[in-house]
Amino acid sequence: MSGHIVPFKTNLKTFIALVILTVITALTAHYVDLGWFNLPLAMIIASAKAIVVALWFMHLKYDTVVNRSIILSTLAFLGLLVAFSAIDIFTRA
Amino acid sequence: MSTANIDRRVQHSHHFDSMEQEHEAGKQGVWIFMATELMMFGALFMGYAIYRAKYADAWVEGGSLLDWRLGLFNTLVLLFSSFTMAQAVTNAMKGDNKKAFVNVMVTTACAGIFMIVKYFEYSGKIHHGLFPGLGLWNPEAVQVPETKLFLTLYFVMTGLHGIHILIGIGLMFWLMKRLRHEEFSKDYYTSVEGVGLYWHIVDIIWIYLFPLMYLI
Repeated sequence: MSGHIVPFKTNLKTFIALVILTVITALTAHYVDLGWFNLPLAMIIASAKAIVVALWFMHLKYDTVVNRSIILSTLAFLGLLVAFSAIDIFTRA
Repeated sequence: MSTANIDRRVQHSHHFDSMEQEHEAGKQGVWIFMATELMMFGALFMGYAIYRAKYADAWVEGGSLLDWRLGLFNTLVLLFSSFTMAQAVTNAMKGDNKKAFVNVMVTTACAGIFMIVKYFEYSGKIHHGLFPGLGLWNPEAVQVPETKLFLTLYFVMTGLHGIHILIGIGLMFWLMKRLRHEEFSKDYYTSVEGVGLYWHIVDIIWIYLFPLMYLI
């Protein structure tokens, strides 16, 4: 079958990248005071990790357009949820 | 009508044109299931964000009640388990049932370690009167009253995540049984890949839970 087989080396590199990002997020959150930016930074790193997992461990990098669209449209709908909830909550008198 | 007796390693079900088509259909189903998982947890994360914005003090106190070193340890355990799971899929795609079995077994062991750490974390919280419900809550255990809200979200979100880990352990035992019987081949590995996708989504949820609950 034509499935893309990800070699051991790629999986290992992906794992190492994830560990490095995890250590960075733990250290910056605890020993570097960036004020308001600590939260966005942690979310940026978490999202970077999620993207790495999705592309390499979950093979989205090699997957069909349909499967990629499923996840992208899910994220779009989550965006709608966040946006409209935020508009509601933070504009109340 | 029955397709129960076919050898899936080399044959497809009669209602599909080819093994490849059957595999793609199965995998697409798993992806749609993953979309619903993201929706379910997404709503909880939304609730977390709103209450965090409203009760910042409670979130500071709540975060300080959790041991971030245990969270970090569990994060690394889950990341390693995702790595071994990805390797199991690689092995299965090459038709190597034996190596895939070993990797699924290591993944299951990591899942077990994760749940043991979670057990100690939960029992510590319950012991200190920090479980918001079942008459276990001690109002004097916290300074900010809304910390109860943080802990409610903590138990619901990590609890739902923990249930996913337990279900994952069940799925992996099912995989191990089938791998031991050499039921997969380089042309048929859909189940291994599907459980793999599920396991990685559970990992991604934790990737967000860890900083949001333990770190910031």
